[in-house]
Amino acid sequence: MANFEFVLPPPPTANVTPSFGEADLIRRSASHVPEPARKLTEVAKLIDVSKCIGCKACQVACLEWNDKRIPVGENLGSYTIPEDLTPDMFTLMRFNEWVNPQTQDLEWLIRKDGCMHCADPGCLEACPAPGAIVQYSNGIVDFDHDKCIGCGYCVEGCPFNIPRISKVDHKAYKCTLCSDRIAVGQGPACAKACPTHAIVFGTKEEMKQHAEERIKDLKSRGFTNAGLYDPPGVNGTHVMYVLNHADQPELYSGLPRDPAISPIVHIWKGAVKRYASLAAMAALVIGAIVHHVAVGPNGNTAEDEEKGRELLDRKGR
Amino acid sequence: MAAEHYAVSTVKRHPIDVRIAHWVAAISFILLAISGLALFFPGFFFATGLFGGGETARFLHPWIGVALVVSYLVLFGRFVASCLFGRDDITWMVRATDVMSGREENLPEIGKFNAGQKLYVWGMAILFVLLFASGLIIWHAYFSTFTSIEVQRYAVLIHSLVAMLAIFGFIIHVHMVTWEPGTLRAMISGTVTAGWAFKHHRKWLREVAAGRN
Repeated sequence: MANFEFVLPPPPTANVTPSFGEADLIRRSASHVPEPARKLTEVAKLIDVSKCIGCKACQVACLEWNDKRIPVGENLGSYTIPEDLTPDMFTLMRFNEWVNPQTQDLEWLIRKDGCMHCADPGCLEACPAPGAIVQYSNGIVDFDHDKCIGCGYCVEGCPFNIPRISKVDHKAYKCTLCSDRIAVGQGPACAKACPTHAIVFGTKEEMKQHAEERIKDLKSRGFTNAGLYDPPGVNGTHVMYVLNHADQPELYSGLPRDPAISPIVHIWKGAVKRYASLAAMAALVIGAIVHHVAVGPNGNTAEDEEKGRELLDRKGR
Repeated sequence: MAAEHYAVSTVKRHPIDVRIAHWVAAISFILLAISGLALFFPGFFFATGLFGGGETARFLHPWIGVALVVSYLVLFGRFVASCLFGRDDITWMVRATDVMSGREENLPEIGKFNAGQKLYVWGMAILFVLLFASGLIIWHAYFSTFTSIEVQRYAVLIHSLVAMLAIFGFIIHVHMVTWEPGTLRAMISGTVTAGWAFKHHRKWLREVAAGRN
């Protein structure tokens, strides 16, 4: 078991039929999907920050596979380049230098940021465009750019600050977990490129088991607070971290301690408010019609015209 | 009724700039309500088709909002002097039953606008300020970097709640126009009959007759 390596298969040479698609959707933004006939095994990407050497091969592989290019960046005093996720850069190595107060060691905490593929995706809840955000039963949350209208509600919905709206086509972009690669039996491009197997991909169960071994190893090396980051606030994620300081996730460039969809988003998107406002609108319209019919139109009489004219003639007196 | 012949005098009520501003605001409001509701109710998303699809609806909505704010500024500027509240307005509001029953003989004589109209002018002004401010915050194409995402979450919630209130107000506004025949022409030809003014806005008619308005 200890030697278990998540070696991803070589790319297929023959035509392959995608192993999942429309029929496997369990959630679809602003619309309903029928209960899928089968349930796919949940997949996950596990990022072990303790094995990461900060080489950025994952970033390059991500750009390469998604056919994106980013402009040559500037050195802003950090290895984090570009400065932030962009509509073209779906994953970003965030570097943080931290002095451990217990050991006085300078620790270089590197975290590969990107979409966490939440089991309860806030982006999907917030999205108003039917089918622009979908969730497959294997856990992948994907954006359908043909249906995206560019409103930015997914940005408000996401508890991890991940989606970015393109200034070119005004559509939202984020990591797809390489859904197109996974559908043909490949792992994500970043996992494929990672030279230290800090990024591994498999079923969520396998990844949890692998994480356990890694945590055991880290603990034996003195990282007593090592642990798995699979936040329950969003019902777990399909991108998980092994953190050597799991008790302080914020150290890793602001990884949220207890992420959840904001209650404000729940109120905004809540069915209660929706139906209440619809009912109130209908009640007002019906009330107006009833009032009109019951009281009768409040018009003026010929006598009023007479009196009004007289008043005008008398110059208001 | 058609056989009843009597001379009808007309009184000028709304000049051309007010009428243009009113209809720009009205059409903008309707377009904003349709596109806004389409983005609010998933079942109504199809209405974005009226604008050429979801993307164009998303693009147009804030710009139509700007048109509404500009036209309403004109309206508000021309109306505000006639929309200050007085003692008679309290009497009017207290006797809401008489108002709703059309028993205007039980109400004090009304100036250019009654208390309901004044409330509408002020109410919409407040709602539009809130809608415009929250709308700018969530106008991603230009202003996404000016505020934190948490602020944007509050803004999008406030925007949808306030928009609902504005739609409720709008429904009542339209109802009052249809309930009182002879009102709509004030915003089309700009004139009302002396009889209409005598019944609904007698104090204003006196002022007009005396050449004071």
